[in-house]
Amino acid sequence: MTDTQTMQKTRIRMTVNGQERTGEVESRTLLVHFLREQLGLTGTHVGCDTSQCGACTISVNGRSTKSCTMFAVQADGAEVLTIEGLAQDGGYHPVQEGFWEEHGLQCGYCTPGMIMSTVALLKRNPDPTDEEIRHELEGNICRCTGYENIVKSVRYAAERLRESGA
Amino acid sequence: MFPGSFTYSRPGSVAEAVAALQANPDAKIIAGGHSLIPAMKLRLAMPGELVDLRDIGELRGVEVSDDAVAVRAMTTYNELRDNDEVAGLMPILPEAIQIIGDAQVRERGTLVGSLVHNDPAADLTAVALALGGSVHAVGSDGERDIPLDEFFVDLWTTTLELDEVVTHASLNRHDGAHMAYRKYAHPASGYAIVGVAVVVEKDGDTVSRARVAVTGATNTATRLTSIEEALAGKPLTEDNVQAAVENAAEELEINGDTFASAEYRAHLVRVLARRALLGTQQ
Repeated sequence: MTDTQTMQKTRIRMTVNGQERTGEVESRTLLVHFLREQLGLTGTHVGCDTSQCGACTISVNGRSTKSCTMFAVQADGAEVLTIEGLAQDGGYHPVQEGFWEEHGLQCGYCTPGMIMSTVALLKRNPDPTDEEIRHELEGNICRCTGYENIVKSVRYAAERLRESGA
Repeated sequence: MFPGSFTYSRPGSVAEAVAALQANPDAKIIAGGHSLIPAMKLRLAMPGELVDLRDIGELRGVEVSDDAVAVRAMTTYNELRDNDEVAGLMPILPEAIQIIGDAQVRERGTLVGSLVHNDPAADLTAVALALGGSVHAVGSDGERDIPLDEFFVDLWTTTLELDEVVTHASLNRHDGAHMAYRKYAHPASGYAIVGVAVVVEKDGDTVSRARVAVTGATNTATRLTSIEEALAGKPLTEDNVQAAVENAAEELEINGDTFASAEYRAHLVRVLARRALLGTQQ
């Protein structure tokens, strides 16, 4: 491996929360670092660095993705949605509202990932059982809540989304 | 965590991908990346080049033929799980996929990637062995089909050559057969401490042919031929199943680690083989 290779940067372009964004990255730059450090979107958190905790979960081309387990160059040309892109017209997304109403967070560190995973879960399964909620959120780890209120938050959001027909 | 430096390429065809591997022995293919990237972050893997298959359209999707289901290299776990035709023919696939890793892993990981990576605790290596079939590889010397029974060699090792790209895995159809996968998952990682996949074909009440494969217990997923032979020609009663699994672990070189001793894994092989076999009747 040469120094030039280390320094070599690739220009990438992607749509992030509806906006066209560009940047120059090393091949090894993880998508989460591009989002946080170059685009300033620090709502996506890094919790574990080992692809286990899910705090960095975002949506890439509609797929729920741990942004610490994807290189930024792999997202060149992609549609990306992060926690910052959820609220519409100054109002919380129903999943955000659910976590607020049902106290689905304490320290809040895992919350962006929990919420993004919940959005993906409810898109696929609008009326999940508690067991299904717990299974589908296994990739997101919370150290505070004991998960009980997170499950309640997801149920709340599911109901709201079904009511609104979204 | 920062992986080592590498160059990144996005070939537009399988031939270009093979050429990239040929040009750089230090290059590695990336598909879903959910085994490779975590290994690169820990610097357990430091490839000098990543060859990303994502632009190769012919590597996407699933093709069902009269005797097999071909799963192309870039087909993700969830695409496979959500394919109703495949689920109808091979219900063991969605059953096993739904307990791989976690939701995000299932969204990006691929069946072919799992087979090629050959993690000793992967789920679909055992499922693929139980179904049987082959892996289609393209390399600088041309194309070949490698039977799954000859594909897995050792820990993270297959018979694939360094410059070969797997375009698809072809899984044999067993229409009307009963299938099941049972695993005891590591509570943190979700990987199989032991997992057993079974495909049972019956003639009336008796087993005409059974294929049984285990993962997690040994260096690489492997068939449990003693169980297959013991059940042939017999009805799948609790007594017959119990007798068939009794000595199943003895033909294996079972690994132990801090989480589960070899003795405990041997016990799990028997228990999970029994549950999977009896589970086919539920």
